[in-house]
Amino acid sequence: MEKILEVNDLHVTFTTYGGTVKAVRGVNFHLNKGETLAIVGESGCGKSVTSNAIMRLIPDPPGKISNGSILFNGKDLTKLTEKEMRQIRGVDISMIFQDPMTALNPTLTIGSQLIEGLRQHHKISSENAKKKALEMMDLVGIPNPEVRMKQYPHQFSGGMRQRIVIAIALICEPELLIADEPTTALDVTIQAQILELFEKIQDTTGVSIILITHDLGVVAKIADRIAVMYAGKIIEVGTKREIFYQPEHPYTQGLLKSVPRLDLKGEKLTPIDGTPPDLFSPPTGCPFTARCPFAMEVCDKVYPFQSELSDTHHVECWLQDERAKQLLATSAAK
Amino acid sequence: MTRYILKRLLMMIITIWIIVTLTFVLMKAVPGSPFNEERTTNETVQANLEAHYNLDEPYIVQYLLYLKSIVTFDFGPSIKQPTETVNDLLGRGFPISFELGIVTIIVAVISGIILGILAALRHNGIIDYLAMSFAVLGISIPNFVLATLLIQKLAVDWNLLPPATWSSPAHMVLPVIALATGPMAIIARLTRSTMLEVLTQDYIKMARAKGLSPWKIIFKHALKNALMPVVTIMGTLLAGILTGTFVIEKIFAIPGMGRYFVESINQRDYPVIMGTTVFYSAFLIFMLFLVDIAYGILDPRIKIHKKGGGE
Repeated sequence: MEKILEVNDLHVTFTTYGGTVKAVRGVNFHLNKGETLAIVGESGCGKSVTSNAIMRLIPDPPGKISNGSILFNGKDLTKLTEKEMRQIRGVDISMIFQDPMTALNPTLTIGSQLIEGLRQHHKISSENAKKKALEMMDLVGIPNPEVRMKQYPHQFSGGMRQRIVIAIALICEPELLIADEPTTALDVTIQAQILELFEKIQDTTGVSIILITHDLGVVAKIADRIAVMYAGKIIEVGTKREIFYQPEHPYTQGLLKSVPRLDLKGEKLTPIDGTPPDLFSPPTGCPFTARCPFAMEVCDKVYPFQSELSDTHHVECWLQDERAKQLLATSAAK
Repeated sequence: MTRYILKRLLMMIITIWIIVTLTFVLMKAVPGSPFNEERTTNETVQANLEAHYNLDEPYIVQYLLYLKSIVTFDFGPSIKQPTETVNDLLGRGFPISFELGIVTIIVAVISGIILGILAALRHNGIIDYLAMSFAVLGISIPNFVLATLLIQKLAVDWNLLPPATWSSPAHMVLPVIALATGPMAIIARLTRSTMLEVLTQDYIKMARAKGLSPWKIIFKHALKNALMPVVTIMGTLLAGILTGTFVIEKIFAIPGMGRYFVESINQRDYPVIMGTTVFYSAFLIFMLFLVDIAYGILDPRIKIHKKGGGE
């Protein structure tokens, strides 16, 4: 399969008065054409920073992409100037933000916010731009688009606004769509509608999607592959099946155990104890050691190598080491 | 909308009526009359004069006569300069005061907003510090001090600009600088702080994610939102600029309305006091009305014609 995006050894740091925060510490992943990759993890694990880094929207200062490359169709985005990057934002890569209530400018009409991206990047008459905007509003399921175009964001409900935000992101027909928690701010019924909309859009436009979320329910619905992020690193990546049915990293297992399930009525949820490490001075070993029920001596000292369980399923954990497996086997035999 | 405007007009009329009444009460409460001068006037002459200007009538009749003169907008002749009517004085003085005020407002708003935007974009940079130090100076130095300083330096010492009077655009420069500096500084500080806040909003990030140019982001997306507080203080600034012109007009010997306003009070020239007060207050109230309309244009969430409607 053709890779549309390849992120190699990405490091992002933020320089603050308190010191340097290493928010993203060597992230590697890729995205194939037309697939949906979900990046999951708890708050502060660096998933939004990663997505902003791809868009080069990290505020500099204080933020900085300190190392690594982001190859989009073979072009390294970290090497582009701001001006070159502007030719890519909104045209080739688009972004959907978490909160539709604040993502739209309250003083501009929906129509003008839809059209301006189109007119910025393409030489197109306002007549044709308007036609395209109407098409997009129709695609995302907004009834009565002619009237709605002239209205302002405050005249729309949350779900409708998120549809508009999606329409804005898609109007230039991007190849890659980054959705940063697109359903977090919406209530559950609307969430389902928006997720269905994502599926429909991917079917009609073939866009590749990176979905940033902490909601495993959302992931189960629309992701093809899942990358689990913890303390600025991707600790496990695999297809949806692999992650949900054979999670290998103790953190992934913990995440799945802490999701409420309808079929396990009466059983208590198992939260992961403790908190993520301080990213001002991240541990040299595996960052999950302090919370890990299987922690070994080596975990605290050396960061684990990547183990390839299959072509698609990679995990970074010492439990995958042959010696650890032997140890577990012998202790089980006793 | 029409209903709203009608309602506002009614409120304006009531406000002006209250101002007129208060002015009348104050006018009568202050001792003295237009004919109290050092030289003693013959008592019969005095009585005749008072009768001529209806000053011998009971207060209530005088009050009604004033109200009548306001409704017809005919304040009669000035007592001190009987060859001219109050309307003549206003007609001559107002265009000059208005010109000075409008130019001042335009200069203050444009330079204040530009300064504020620059400071916000270079937050904590050298431009920011310079602009804000300049703004603090502008706010703290009273305009009459600045005016005399400008005259001394720019006009007298360096001979660059005319020091006083009102006849060419060059004459306008010094009084406009003196008047505009304070409001400009206030607008600059306000624009900077709201701009800084607006620039962190999600919709600005979204505009960047669309690949818009920085100019479009600032002027189309940020500025319109950042201007709301500026519009809010415009009302007060307008009042400040209009009243500030009295002093500045005096310093620069500008033949505007301010002179008549101040002199008429000293001389108890009742028709002129009444005329200038009503005129100024009506003008100011109208300006505030325009500011309210501007709100609705800048921010569509504010629906001025519907009370309590919407979110």
